[in-house]
Amino acid sequence: MLNIKDLHASIEGKEILKGLSLEVKPGEVHAIMGPNGSGKSTLASVLAGNEDFEVTSGSVDFLGNDLLELGPDERSHAGVFLAFQYPVEIPGVSNINFLKAAINERREALGEEPITAKEFLKQVKEKASLVELDNKLTNRSVNEGFSGGEKKRNEIFQMAMLEPKLAILDETDSGLDIDALRIVANGVNQLRSKERSFVVVTHYQRLLDHIVPDFVHVLYDGKIVKTGGKELALELEEKGYDWIKKEADAVTA
Amino acid sequence: MAVDENQIIDEVTKAPYKYGFTTNIASDKAPLGINEDIIRLISMKKKEPEWMLDFRLESYRKWTEMIEPEWAHVHYEKPKFQEIHYYAAPQPKKKLDSLDEVDPELLDTFKKLGISVDEQKRLTGVAIDVVMDSVSVATTFKEKLAELGIIFCSFSEAVQNHPELVKKYIGSVVPKSDNFYAALNSAVFTDGSFAYIPPGVRCPMELSTYFRINEANTGQFERTLVVADKGSYVSYLEGCTAPMRDENQLHAAVVELVALDDAEIKYSTVQNWYPGDEDGKGGIYNFVTKRGLCETNAKISWTQVETGSAVTWKYPSCILKGDNSVGEFYSVAVTNNRQQADTGTKMIHIGKNTKSTIISKGISAGKSQNSYRGLVKINKGATNARNFSQCDSLLMGDRCGAHTFPYIETSNSSAKVEHEATTSKIGEDQIFYCLQRGISEEKAISLIVNGYAKDVLNKLPMEFAVEAQKLLAISLEGSVG
Repeated sequence: MLNIKDLHASIEGKEILKGLSLEVKPGEVHAIMGPNGSGKSTLASVLAGNEDFEVTSGSVDFLGNDLLELGPDERSHAGVFLAFQYPVEIPGVSNINFLKAAINERREALGEEPITAKEFLKQVKEKASLVELDNKLTNRSVNEGFSGGEKKRNEIFQMAMLEPKLAILDETDSGLDIDALRIVANGVNQLRSKERSFVVVTHYQRLLDHIVPDFVHVLYDGKIVKTGGKELALELEEKGYDWIKKEADAVTA
Repeated sequence: MAVDENQIIDEVTKAPYKYGFTTNIASDKAPLGINEDIIRLISMKKKEPEWMLDFRLESYRKWTEMIEPEWAHVHYEKPKFQEIHYYAAPQPKKKLDSLDEVDPELLDTFKKLGISVDEQKRLTGVAIDVVMDSVSVATTFKEKLAELGIIFCSFSEAVQNHPELVKKYIGSVVPKSDNFYAALNSAVFTDGSFAYIPPGVRCPMELSTYFRINEANTGQFERTLVVADKGSYVSYLEGCTAPMRDENQLHAAVVELVALDDAEIKYSTVQNWYPGDEDGKGGIYNFVTKRGLCETNAKISWTQVETGSAVTWKYPSCILKGDNSVGEFYSVAVTNNRQQADTGTKMIHIGKNTKSTIISKGISAGKSQNSYRGLVKINKGATNARNFSQCDSLLMGDRCGAHTFPYIETSNSSAKVEHEATTSKIGEDQIFYCLQRGISEEKAISLIVNGYAKDVLNKLPMEFAVEAQKLLAISLEGSVG
């Protein structure tokens, strides 16, 4: 589904990703962990097409397309979804209108008819319940006045509505209390399927107790330096990142 | 940057004016320039009574002693007043009784604007007094309104048929010598609209006028007078678009509203005069005086969506003369390319317990300059007067400007005046968020801007709000991609 090869990316001339490679197959859940500043969020932003970052070399294949050639909206239409670490507020634009615009723009891009009001409302009801999102929140302005937890739940709600093929979760667990974490993880788990893949960027192992990954990758200094199963996350939790840094630095030295 | 903002703005700002076209209708024009003879000619052409001509001549004499004001935050080449035609009328074939008799080309013009008159009539039940250049060519729904005693007609007809009302109220809110452009208008106005709602009558439909400047080099001097008698209610809509032009066109209208005791007037405007090309060439100068007078317990609401004109200079105001009277001003002003707008309101509190609310939302894009200028004046006798003002500015890109000039003068210590102001930019992060959800740049800007302006758009009558939203989208986006 997703095949990243030797990806280099920089921001304002500073290289952040330094030859990252990763393959994600349909239905797989990959966790990306790593110390602060290792490039985790950069990876998420680059995949979504954030133009703050410049891709200097490497390739990203998504379902047979060159992802880097597509604009951010085209990537979305192709099935890439990013759950933002800091979802923005859009005052005066209701969540509902926003989502309807998003769904219909994608449908238009794919040559489909706009969604009917009935079908849309049915889906809103169904998908909002996945993350226990209050009816009132779906009608409020996008993320305006939402608590941190509500914003993250809203991201997962939007993901459910847009039914992406590849969902990238950028530190979705940050700022969540344990109940909100459970709700968010529960929503994600219900959306797991054989066709849908996830890249879960996180700092902490605790999210992975709830969303159990197939692979755990450690990102350090812009590269994946270690890959393992879910038990690797536990090991990191216990031992920290220092041993990995030492290993990696020894290799480069 | 998440998205190259300047590039987006360039794309949207370079979209040509979608409503640029002119209509070929033979026209009956006065010679260029202004002098007492021209004024006599206008008055004669319009078969006006003596008092009307006197009003014009007095205004003209005052105007000649006045100086064009320069305090507004706008820069433009001053109009050459002797190079303007002060009168132009479409060739009247005969008096029209129904729309079927209207020049098909005129009807076609409205269709291009998406405001087909018959559609409007059929779908919305709006009575439309069509103003083409300076003379009204069609007035509808008059009979239905007449049953209720409501008068809604062109200003010229009002002068002929209801001289006592016109004579009583013209110049009562905006005096002849109020300001340079009001004086000019008072001297040479050619037509406009007149509405009178009798005591206790609630006007059952929105009264609507579509203005259009059509003749090249024709100054447009509209005169509107709306009188709501005691305990009556009326909602009045004014909307306009103008065809593409190379010469600057002057538009200096005067609108006077009179709300007698317990009456309410809701006056909504969607203004889309041609703003000029992307270098600011050829747009309309819009120097308008709009003012309303509230007697006891009366209420006047001004709602405006301003997207057009090269230079705008406009302050719809309320004189809250009567006790417990209420004034409201809701405004969205969009400037793009090299447009300049200096707009706002004046709320003059004279009566006791008077209340006013000001919500102003400025949107600047391109290389435009957008200023809010407002005055809240609480007179000595205005015990317990209240004002709330909120002035927000939204900037798109880094080449435009937003300015706020709020003036507050309070002479009564029991008054409460609140003022809030914010300035924000359309964030790259907001646009990227929308893009990531599959929403195009164009649609994203439209969503964000309409969201920002929602508080004001909500105040517009339903059918007008839809039109206004489209207009905001067109003004800011054009046809990206």
